[in-house]
Amino acid sequence: MRIYADNAATTRVSKSAVNAMLPYFEEIYGNPSSLNTTGQIAAEALGKLRCEIAELINAKPQEIYFTSGGSEADNQAIITAAKTGEKKGKKHIISTKFEHHAVLHTLNKLEKEGFEITLIDVNENGVVKAEDVEKAIREDTALVTVMFANNEIGTVQPIAEIGEICRNKGVIFHTDAVQAAGHIAIDVEALKVDMLSVSAHKFHGPKGVGFLYCRKGIYLRNLIEGGAQERGKRAGTENLPGIAGMTAAMKEAVEKIDENAKKLIPLRNRLIEGLEKIPHSRVNGDKEKRLPGNVNICFEGIEGESLLLLLDEKGIEASSGSACTSGSLDPSHVLLSIGLPHDVAHGSLRLTISEENTVEEMDYIISSVTEVVDYLRQISPVWEELQKGTREYIL
Amino acid sequence: MLYSEKVMDHFKNPRNVGEIENADGVGEVGNVKCGDIMKIYLKIENNIIVDVKFKTFGCGSAIASSSMATEMIKGKSIDDALELSNKAVVEALDGLPSHKIHCSVLAEEAVKAAVRDYYDKNGIEYDKTKFCDGDCCHCGKHQDVEE
Ligand SMILES: Cc1ncc(COP(=O)(O)O)c(C=O)c1O
Repeated sequence: MRIYADNAATTRVSKSAVNAMLPYFEEIYGNPSSLNTTGQIAAEALGKLRCEIAELINAKPQEIYFTSGGSEADNQAIITAAKTGEKKGKKHIISTKFEHHAVLHTLNKLEKEGFEITLIDVNENGVVKAEDVEKAIREDTALVTVMFANNEIGTVQPIAEIGEICRNKGVIFHTDAVQAAGHIAIDVEALKVDMLSVSAHKFHGPKGVGFLYCRKGIYLRNLIEGGAQERGKRAGTENLPGIAGMTAAMKEAVEKIDENAKKLIPLRNRLIEGLEKIPHSRVNGDKEKRLPGNVNICFEGIEGESLLLLLDEKGIEASSGSACTSGSLDPSHVLLSIGLPHDVAHGSLRLTISEENTVEEMDYIISSVTEVVDYLRQISPVWEELQKGTREYIL
Repeated sequence: MLYSEKVMDHFKNPRNVGEIENADGVGEVGNVKCGDIMKIYLKIENNIIVDVKFKTFGCGSAIASSSMATEMIKGKSIDDALELSNKAVVEALDGLPSHKIHCSVLAEEAVKAAVRDYYDKNGIEYDKTKFCDGDCCHCGKHQDVEE
């Protein structure tokens, strides 16, 4: 038995997405920029797909720019707002400490180019306070970028409130909605967001395709120069199969948002309740303002990578924010941002389930994790010290 | 796969796990902050390591390295144990990914720390420069072994 519980990393491509892609390989294979019939059929299909995507987030088709995924969309949104701001002498950007690296590393680059970056604190529950964003806004603020939902701890941010504040202050607001799209309803008008990034592979679409929503009136800057695709803002022959797969997957996901949430939330809560029974553990992130499929929990006295490997042996596929899995000496910046000390951040486990999972699987995960944590604690010198009282429990 | 079969074997079925009551030497190196701690217990008779046990908090390769290192020094003389290099541990494990080499360094240092403890307890003189202080986050002495 293999239980895939790493859906925040990526998802299985749905049957409907696969089927939607197939015609684009052998039938509708034309280049949308070609004037021949085959090309024009592709161009028409592309136009239709763009309309369908736009409708799913209540945007206009001209506001959708297809990209190679979430990272590219994040980069383009941030660079656009920075360049626009710079022209008006605005060189201040507001974001949060627990953004995805696609955002944080782009901001680092801008900082080296002379921009001032304010990273707002994330509270202990992993939710940003809209009033903190408001307080940070200055005359020279060019952009506020706050993620919709966090990829590690799944916490959902007050996007509508932040959108309202930014709109009132006339500041561009971007949100990285990669983890939210297809899982939480998105209406760019109601939320008052100016730019929004989406990636197909997080909702059962294919990898390497996504889009950037950019509100009409914002002058989008190119990251990739070349042909006139995407209204001249993103060169490169369009990935039609990918775009078709993404559209089918997103339509399906959006149609089933409520149904899936109704199924997932009880599964998630069952998992959380079962895992919380393990002594000296702590659930990371707010339990209510949370993606329906995300569980993130720390166990004191053990290290995450060894936990993952042993769970994989038992057929459970998860992830962790430990240093060993991040490839550096530091555990995940997300866990540190919510105030976890390094010691316990190393012992984190992320399980991200999908509607394909079952109650039986949750129970199997609970018993397996309990068993593995217990085993690793038995061979851990840290646990020994905690038990002997020569080290103090943090959790 | 990230790890060799040998690493996975020693990780999944670690040899010599546990503690030794009234051990003759106990060494602990690493730091929870960095995510690895190794503790090695030695039972020594006539300069021979007659028993060895370990406990490790860390990733798969840290657990496998400790298991392998304890196997390699069991039944050996103290001098032989002090000769154990992290390279030898890596070779015995059929290699480690380059960013995991520090786990084998930790194993080498844990053995040394346990021997040093034995020396200290028994008032035996030794060359202090040959032993580490166990502060892996700030040591920086092993960069040369990274490749
Ligand atoms: C929040 C967030 N932003 C951006 C990305 C990057 O998306 P992509 O893999 O499509 O570049 C991811 C996925 O890893 C993510 O979780």
